[in-house]
Amino acid sequence: MAKTSTRDRMTNEINAGSMADIAFLLLIFFLVTTTIVEDKGITVKLPPWSEEEPDVTKLKQRNVFSVLVNAQDQLLVRGEPARVEELRERAKVFISNPYQDPEMAEKPTKAIISLKNDRGTSYDAYLRVYNELKAAYSELWDELSQRNYGVPYSEDMPFAYRKAIREEIPFVLSEAEPTSFGEE
Amino acid sequence: MAKFTKKRGKSKPAISTASLPDIIFMLLFFFMVVTVLRDAELMVKVSTPYASELTKLEEKSLVNYLYIGRPTQKYQNIYGTKPRLQLGDKFATIADIPLFLEKHKIKVPEARHGQITSSLRVDGEVTMGIVTDVKTQLRKSGQLKVNYSAKKDPNAKN
Repeated sequence: MAKTSTRDRMTNEINAGSMADIAFLLLIFFLVTTTIVEDKGITVKLPPWSEEEPDVTKLKQRNVFSVLVNAQDQLLVRGEPARVEELRERAKVFISNPYQDPEMAEKPTKAIISLKNDRGTSYDAYLRVYNELKAAYSELWDELSQRNYGVPYSEDMPFAYRKAIREEIPFVLSEAEPTSFGEE
Repeated sequence: MAKFTKKRGKSKPAISTASLPDIIFMLLFFFMVVTVLRDAELMVKVSTPYASELTKLEEKSLVNYLYIGRPTQKYQNIYGTKPRLQLGDKFATIADIPLFLEKHKIKVPEARHGQITSSLRVDGEVTMGIVTDVKTQLRKSGQLKVNYSAKKDPNAKN
């Protein structure tokens, strides 16, 4: 009899008190590691539509950086064939014009990038070119920001700083109505 | 000796199920968080190109999606293989865009109408013709904030 009572007193249950802690630990682990599919992309501000023909303002040749993409996804930059890889560097040199080249933009505020594509251009090629041109500007903003404020250009900067930078180097990309030689 | 053997023989430890609800809730929360509610089934093949200059779309409620791509296998015998526009859960034409934008607009408080972004999810192989038509229609409808959806380039330098 005495033996059974000792057996009863043996409470062989696993302590479940810490189970909740483990559960929360796992929950937090998954919360941290799971990346929810994000929507990312190149944000663009389209020009407003107007029925009237745009008034032709004669621009100085040196201030215009024309980029043409044809239906075969080939590039023509300022009248000569080019590759996408060199586009960023060329656009940067054109906008900032560090050596005061008479063939390049008088100053960044006067620089205009003109992008024209064909209806047969692939979207992939178009976006790659657009991305490079945007990258050229953002690199210039970065450099200016580093020079003036010592921090890289980002959306978290004080608005006044960003405005000052954007005023010094405004993003001017004009898109012409596409040609339609190569539509499928 | 007898002491040890007898203790083993009769005790039946039961695993407590008190924490089972916790685990179930944990799983529930996990799936609730991870699941992205997609209101539209994709009927066109969209594989967005790579880019590096990306901005994140912050508020989902302020974004409307326009898909452009070739119809998937399932729909090819009805709609062919030419790139098409999908709005919501059905194929649409360029002329349907203003109504689509308006339908989205009424769900957004008026003060925030200016912040509405149109996300263009376009397949990389699509030609610019249809994209240009869509862009022109967006401009005509006064929807000027556009986001060309793209993936982060895994081989990018920075």
